[in-house]
Amino acid sequence: MITVLFLSGILVWLVGAVASLALWKNPVAARRAACASALVGSLLDLAGSAAAIFSRSPALIDLPFGNPILSWSIRIDPLSAYFNVTLAVLAAAVSLYSFGYLREMEGRRNLGAFGFFLNLLLLSLALVFTASNVFFFLVAWEVMALSAFCLVSFEHEKEEARKAGVLFLVMSHAGTGLLLIAFLMLATAGGSLDFVGFHLLASSLPPLQQGAVFLLFLFGFGVKAGLVPVHIWLPEAHPVAPSNVSALMSGIVIKTGIYGMARVFFDFYGPPPLWMGTVVLALGVVSALLGVLYALMEHDLKRLLAWHSIENIGIILMGFGAALMFRSLGQPNLAALALIAGLYHTFNHATFKGLLFLGAGSVVQSTHTRNMEKMGGLIRLMPVTAICFLVGAVAISGLPPLNGFVSEWLTYQALLAGFGTTQSLTRLMFPIAGSLLALTAALAAACFVKAFAIPFLALPRSEQASEAREATPTMLAGMAVLAMGCVALGLGATWLVRVFDPVTQQTLGVSASSAMIAARGLALSPGTPHGGTISTLGIALIFAFAGAAFAIPLAWRWRRRSVKGPTWDCGLPGLTADNEYTATAFSKALRLIFSALYRPRREIQAEYEVSPYYPSAIRFESEIEPTFEKHLYEPLRQRVMAAARHMRAIQAGSINAYLAYIFITLILLLLFGVRP
Amino acid sequence: MMERILESMVQLFLLLVLAPMVTGAIRTLKARLQTRRGPGVFQPYRDLVKLFRKGMVIPDTASWIFAATPWIVFFSAILAGLMIPMVAADAPLGLFGGALAVIYLLGLGRFFLALSGLDTGSSFGGLGSSREMTISALAEPAMMLAIFTVAIGAGSTGLTEIAGAAIGQNWRFLAPAQMFAFAALALVLIAETGRIPVDNPATHLELTMIHEAMILEYSGPYLALVEWAASIKQLVMMTLLINCFWPVGLQHTWFGFGALIGIGWLLSKLLLLSSAIVLVETVNAKMRLFRVPELLAVAFTLGSLALVSTFLF
Repeated sequence: MITVLFLSGILVWLVGAVASLALWKNPVAARRAACASALVGSLLDLAGSAAAIFSRSPALIDLPFGNPILSWSIRIDPLSAYFNVTLAVLAAAVSLYSFGYLREMEGRRNLGAFGFFLNLLLLSLALVFTASNVFFFLVAWEVMALSAFCLVSFEHEKEEARKAGVLFLVMSHAGTGLLLIAFLMLATAGGSLDFVGFHLLASSLPPLQQGAVFLLFLFGFGVKAGLVPVHIWLPEAHPVAPSNVSALMSGIVIKTGIYGMARVFFDFYGPPPLWMGTVVLALGVVSALLGVLYALMEHDLKRLLAWHSIENIGIILMGFGAALMFRSLGQPNLAALALIAGLYHTFNHATFKGLLFLGAGSVVQSTHTRNMEKMGGLIRLMPVTAICFLVGAVAISGLPPLNGFVSEWLTYQALLAGFGTTQSLTRLMFPIAGSLLALTAALAAACFVKAFAIPFLALPRSEQASEAREATPTMLAGMAVLAMGCVALGLGATWLVRVFDPVTQQTLGVSASSAMIAARGLALSPGTPHGGTISTLGIALIFAFAGAAFAIPLAWRWRRRSVKGPTWDCGLPGLTADNEYTATAFSKALRLIFSALYRPRREIQAEYEVSPYYPSAIRFESEIEPTFEKHLYEPLRQRVMAAARHMRAIQAGSINAYLAYIFITLILLLLFGVRP
Repeated sequence: MMERILESMVQLFLLLVLAPMVTGAIRTLKARLQTRRGPGVFQPYRDLVKLFRKGMVIPDTASWIFAATPWIVFFSAILAGLMIPMVAADAPLGLFGGALAVIYLLGLGRFFLALSGLDTGSSFGGLGSSREMTISALAEPAMMLAIFTVAIGAGSTGLTEIAGAAIGQNWRFLAPAQMFAFAALALVLIAETGRIPVDNPATHLELTMIHEAMILEYSGPYLALVEWAASIKQLVMMTLLINCFWPVGLQHTWFGFGALIGIGWLLSKLLLLSSAIVLVETVNAKMRLFRVPELLAVAFTLGSLALVSTFLF
């Protein structure tokens, strides 16, 4: 059953890809075929993988056209199924949204090609999560990277889209290179290319090799996930893509990195040395904090969201890092708690970030700008989009009772419990990581006050913004699905933790959910003996009751006593959009406080006729220094270019020389490569 | 179940009634210390009654966020208040959340208050929102370290467990970890409740204001709700500080004569803490905004020291 559902999902995507390419001359048909097949394929995939989480034994599928080296074997175990469910939920909502979103491109762009790459991306994602053979995995991984590249630079007449696409491709391949080395090291040790053979294999390597494989995997997958310092492609590539693609990129494509890490850390490795968990936890903290700090300085709505993806990847990795540390310290139950926190946040991030990117897409499509400073007042013109975006903003800020709060709470609980697990100084890492998580969450809240208030509230700041129109019904439906997902994942936390039992059973050999459900399913507990409890459902019910019993009747009565009046304008002749606080002004305090990191530069030019106190025009420019690009990647790029110049010497273009190279290589291979 | 509801009702009553009184007491004590007469302890009640009777002016630039915010702020402060141990260690809604839920519920209120500050389109609102979110973000790590310190002692983030573990060890607050954590949380309290030297609750229409700038456009019943919620939040933070660190007179459970003793002790300890706040407010001047991060860095350092001392002593 699972096999049939999964394979038919794959088949629908494949047919959809080919069909939309074939229909490219008829944009309406191409759009419908692309979106319908993406939607149907996602629903089939959802049904299949939801069943697979709870199935007793992993579903095995061997596609018949393989050969001994490249066997097309698929294995859907609970971990794969969990990521596939995440993919399917997000992809279903995005396909629904795309029905309306892509209509604007009809006749202007080749929707056939778009549909082809969209379906291909979904297909390759599903295969990345389920492939069970090194070469098959890498093929799916590459198809995913290439279709993502084509979608990112789909608007290729813009220079920034081309540049971002190339950066993404280069970084992605550097990451794949690291993965290839790591996989080959494992394969050499295990004598097989099958993932099943890799189970606990990495821990049997000699310590030095074990560490090297770990780091190769961490950074190889980290590139895709957007881990600091290999994150630089992410804030470039996500914003320039069409918004439905951005939602998929941030929601699920970067999660392939997380999936890879989960697969390696909890399947290929047994209990690892302590330092591995420490490294992951520390990198998680750094990514989370830097992600949010750079997000605060953005006033490009989509770039801001892209930086938040880095932040959330950091939070997920804090859970994973703690889980690894608990595993080395012999605490499987706590490891399960931390792993659940990370995986829960993975799903949550897919829903709220998908939602926010779709919301941003509606806004950008109707205002024709990504610059927040040119928006404003959209809550009146786009009321439903505004509500959906607000739900996403509350959820990503980790505020109760929505889903972000639940997974952040679980992360705190895991970190808190960590303090008692060891006597060494390492234990100080847990509470410090916890307090920096608190800083991250509070800064994220500040950032989303800005990201919601500046575009949606107060007066429109430009003509485009005052002429904005609400998105089409299918776009709203796509956003509503994800908004409801944020609510359901928040309120239904105690039911949802059961989903993780098969995953933790598979990876850590323990089930945590029965200890985590308190008060007959009303409250969630971390499962430690006295651990605190929360009940998002209870909080939501009290809010609903208080709202219905007091707020609505009283507000109704007070309506009669209220009058509309102008906002206090300090006696100026009327309040205009020029008086409003801007996004740049909102983050000014933090820009000054963290100026050591940002190194802000600003330039003010005032033009005046009589006296400088009466300027006729002022030009203000402000920017922050891109630290990683300037101090890490620019020197690296120069080295690479210099090395390439030296290499030019042997590329003489003479065919004799090339034949000699081939001959020498052959001899070397025969000497060293072939073992008796 | 019935008992829980009864306890919640009593604590709800205490929160609603005590909160304006604490605000009034602080103002009166401050006036006396500055050799003024002051308006009396009950003035905040009179203010609230007056505001609830008045009509209100809603800015024509504002959206439904502006109308929804006072309710969200008010209900989230109340809900947070029901999760803390006031009379007995057993918090009425302890099952619904502990220390973290309290902080995040107050954060929810702040999130919407900041939105409504920007919703009106006035520069004052935006200025207040920006500063409020900045300062609260910087206060968060120190607060979390202090809470981790007490939570590690109790092995839980549940406030019932934390207060329960503290009962019977009345001199425990002299332990270095507890003192550092107390000091850190006290600094955070000042920042979070908008008191001098971080913010001045008595100022209006000055360029230094933070909280007052955000709510500048509120009037009538909505202003009453926001002000009431602010005083409830202050009471919640103060009670949290008192009962987690110095649970003298706190009972384990609610019933019998003990509850009355609990309330009596609560009142006297609140008075003591209010006097301390008054003293701080009177001998300090308001800080420049960009000096506040330094104060909060001190709080963070104290929190870290608290944490380190948990396993040194």
